[in-house]
Amino acid sequence: MNEPVITAHGLVKHFGPTAALRGVSIDIQPGEVVAVVGASGSGKSTLLLCLAGVLRPDEGEVHFRGTRIDDASEAERSRLRRRDFGFVFQFGQLVPELPAIENIALPLLLDGVSRREAMTRAAEWSGRLGVDDVGAKVPGELSGGQQQRVAIARALITGPEVVFADEPTGALDSLAGEEVMLLLAGLARSEATAVVIVTHEPRVAAYASREVLLRDGAVVTRAGVA
Amino acid sequence: MSVPFALLGILERGPAHGYELKQESDAVLGSPVQFGQIYSTLGRLEKAGRIRLAAEEPGLGPDRKRYEITADGVEEFRRWLAEPVAPEPRLQATLFTKTVLALQSGLPADEYLDAQRAAHLGRMRELTARKVDADISTALLADYALFHLEADLRWIDQTRARLETLRQEVTR
Repeated sequence: MNEPVITAHGLVKHFGPTAALRGVSIDIQPGEVVAVVGASGSGKSTLLLCLAGVLRPDEGEVHFRGTRIDDASEAERSRLRRRDFGFVFQFGQLVPELPAIENIALPLLLDGVSRREAMTRAAEWSGRLGVDDVGAKVPGELSGGQQQRVAIARALITGPEVVFADEPTGALDSLAGEEVMLLLAGLARSEATAVVIVTHEPRVAAYASREVLLRDGAVVTRAGVA
Repeated sequence: MSVPFALLGILERGPAHGYELKQESDAVLGSPVQFGQIYSTLGRLEKAGRIRLAAEEPGLGPDRKRYEITADGVEEFRRWLAEPVAPEPRLQATLFTKTVLALQSGLPADEYLDAQRAAHLGRMRELTARKVDADISTALLADYALFHLEADLRWIDQTRARLETLRQEVTR
């Protein structure tokens, strides 16, 4: 077995008096697609944000490639999120004023890549996601499915080790959701990028190679649930 | 078919007459079963050594017979409960019966439902993998099964979340 790309141990997170996570441990292997499922309020999104270095857990540790990240400085975690992680959310993640192609190029531009280089790679990725014909349009002019494809291109353009996706098909109809999942799972495989998907939809979870079921902030462990 | 297991499950809680088995199995199976089917099933279970006659009261007719479960019967019933049903569309009736019987027998219905959930998702994963690079007919056929299995799975999740309320109702 490979070294896990992410290891989290004993994560506990409270929001006021409410315990969102009660000691969650999880390993993410390179290139695997993991679905995090559970009822509303089971701690799915909190777990995702802790793994991605967005939220700091109250207890426990998160390691990325062997380096502890939960206690890293905000600047370090921000760099990590920009270079090594990609994000896809349900909606509202694209910059509304920027054309699709510039949204895709954004992580590279923020990371100091030349505009010319960034736009060339953005054009390449928009082709792979089938949104090259709408590159000049702003997000408000795109369909929900097109917006999610732009978001996926943007998440993958830096060649991240892990993509975190929170309900990536939640705002889409079933066919558009299907197309987005086929692209996301297919590209994750070809790029050897690990994907952590939070979803309440069983058909989305079925794209993952395994499922992590959360109930009341804890992982349900069973022989049958890998 | 769940009728023999429903009868075993009811007898697992204690001996019962034919008419009691008929009434209780109707509730557990979610739809009425003919008396004839109850008695023929009891006959087969008795022949197979899963149940035996506890007492035969004086008088005429099959309702005079009181049945009890054997050790073999208990084993058979518990094995059936713990084993996830092959995930195929439209299993709700069987899953409902298993859940109610487990609750009434004080057996871990939550664990059985979790195992069933895992079996369902495993089947959905296989069907999803089959859709990758598939022709449209294959993909649509897989979708048909996936949508139905998803409905089952949602029912499993819902039931799992409301298990305590169901327990209170069916063990009254």
